[in-house]
Amino acid sequence: MINNDKLIIGGHEFNSRFILGSGKYSMKLIEAAIKDAGAEIITLAVRRANTKEHENILDYIPKGITLLPNTSGARNAEEAVRIARLARELGCGNFVKVEIMRDTKYLLPDNQETIKATEILAKEGFVVMPYMYPDLNAARDMVNAGAATIMPLASPIGSNKGLATKEFIQILIDEIDLPIIVDAGIGRPSQACEAMEMGAAAIMANTALATAGDLPLMASAFRQAIESGRIAYLSGLGRVLTRGASASDPLTGFLRD
Amino acid sequence: MENQFFVDSEYLSPAALEKKHRLETDPSSLKNHMEYLPGMEIIESDVCQQVISQMNSFDYSIYTARDVRAALDHETCSVEDFKALLSPAAEPFLEEMAQKARMETSKHFGNTVYLFTPLYIANYCENYCVYCGFNCYNHINRMKLNMEQIEHEMKIIADSGMEEILILTGESRAKSDVQYIGEACKMARKYFRMVGVEIYPVNTDEYRYLHECGVDYVTVFQETYDADKYETLHLFGHKRVWPYRFDAQERALRGGMRGVAFSALLGLSDFRKDALASALHVYYLQRKYPHAEMSLSCPRLRPIINNDKINPLDIGEKQLCQVLCAYRIFLPFVGITVSSRESAEFRNGIVKIAATKVSAGVSTGIGDHESKYTGKEDDAVKGDEQFEIDDDRSFETMYEDMSGEGLQPVLNDYVYV
Repeated sequence: MINNDKLIIGGHEFNSRFILGSGKYSMKLIEAAIKDAGAEIITLAVRRANTKEHENILDYIPKGITLLPNTSGARNAEEAVRIARLARELGCGNFVKVEIMRDTKYLLPDNQETIKATEILAKEGFVVMPYMYPDLNAARDMVNAGAATIMPLASPIGSNKGLATKEFIQILIDEIDLPIIVDAGIGRPSQACEAMEMGAAAIMANTALATAGDLPLMASAFRQAIESGRIAYLSGLGRVLTRGASASDPLTGFLRD
Repeated sequence: MENQFFVDSEYLSPAALEKKHRLETDPSSLKNHMEYLPGMEIIESDVCQQVISQMNSFDYSIYTARDVRAALDHETCSVEDFKALLSPAAEPFLEEMAQKARMETSKHFGNTVYLFTPLYIANYCENYCVYCGFNCYNHINRMKLNMEQIEHEMKIIADSGMEEILILTGESRAKSDVQYIGEACKMARKYFRMVGVEIYPVNTDEYRYLHECGVDYVTVFQETYDADKYETLHLFGHKRVWPYRFDAQERALRGGMRGVAFSALLGLSDFRKDALASALHVYYLQRKYPHAEMSLSCPRLRPIINNDKINPLDIGEKQLCQVLCAYRIFLPFVGITVSSRESAEFRNGIVKIAATKVSAGVSTGIGDHESKYTGKEDDAVKGDEQFEIDDDRSFETMYEDMSGEGLQPVLNDYVYV
């Protein structure tokens, strides 16, 4: 079962469930990070790739890795659509992570605009991966709009605060039939592991690596944590005792057959 | 100790000299600095009142080490915490502040440092701001580049590798009108990925026009938020009108600009109060326009042509570092720019703590990029500098130095949409 455990996004199969961010650490470390993370997908901001020949981030991404351009900098659906089209022109492929923020302080995504952009881009043939605030109704609208995955945030980007929205992400995992990829706020491998145990399909992280003392080593730690969490999920987690021991004599033992 | 700003030039006519002296000595000759001039747009906004009431009530002498300790321990830095961090009581905590600031910077920006360069296209000015090299009574070579000269300058800068440019002028609507600036910005869009302006404040519709010309970022320095001090330094011209300048960023955002930058010129007045007001200007505007990108600068007074004694008085590098750390801890998400007014050593250090953007290949003169970049002397007329810079590193050297410090130089992180 584990050997055939693939992450499928828009018809594409991946073995790795760790999506790497880029842009917060030196480009020279990208290759090592990808290798130690075992990652097959790496995100990049289109606006960062919108540069001339001097050290373009695109040049540092090894062949065979799926690029996931994001629309950061977009403040509404229209801008996100334009940035996604630019990504395609830049040769970044068909995947796009829709990020729409109307708040520069917390960088919280705007679900309504994200739904609109998802619909337009899905119709244009993009594999749309919307970054969103974990709201079930919005997630359903994104599914109906043609999203390939749903990417709820665990806590604000860059905060390393972990699964602050845990209960709501669990609802998405339970109710949405697409892969749920937990994005933003995951600061430690243990938090990534926890999300995977819950049934998340993959984890995306950037700041947690960028702020680590040894980036490739942290990439490796995340990889192991994500794999462990996935295996635990697939194995079926055992009973979790929340308050002391449970009674060994069943309460319903008096019932006759 | 105070700076001595008044310098007479032998080149001024007797009438001009007489007027200059009258402005300097006779308060009745000065216009009311709180009164708008004809043509200046007035917008409804409570931001100014919020900022100034906080600044006026800020008594930094009441804060103690205990307040600073608490501020450093809090996860979210409140306005009160920020005041403690700006106070003299925080000085012994500078290293700890730097550690905390560094963590915040790295969470929001990773190890990136953005590079840009300013391009002055004209140095004519209609104002008498006593500390500025461009002031209308200062005898300097004046110049306004034509479009051909602007393109020549831009080509040289773009060839060096730079992708972000900040277009500046002296503050003269008559010599450098909005249309002229707009044309320069359209030209800049051809050579650069990102274009900002630092020009005299204009009305909302004029900011909208500049945005359509390809500009997305507007920098306006308030110089000092202490209006009473301001009026003793800005004696003549439209720049004397303090409130019109204060609302410039808000008008720019209403005109469709993506981002705005703020600063006081440290050394003109009480730097702790000015630092508080600068950051609160950002803080309150961000609450009102949450989509806007905000950034802060921190220029200190520098010597100018004909007055090499001007200096930032009580704001040494430690005080400047304290201000920047406090900015970062209070506003973790804002960009912080440190210009070539500061030394190479200071800039190399501060980018690892709080700053996210530095200029390189800087000239504050007009039309001199070819000689400065290539060493090629020519006979072409040049305009004099606004102030003396300290860090004269070229783009290439800055790029290498920043990489050498373990940072990642970023030339562009922007798409015009």
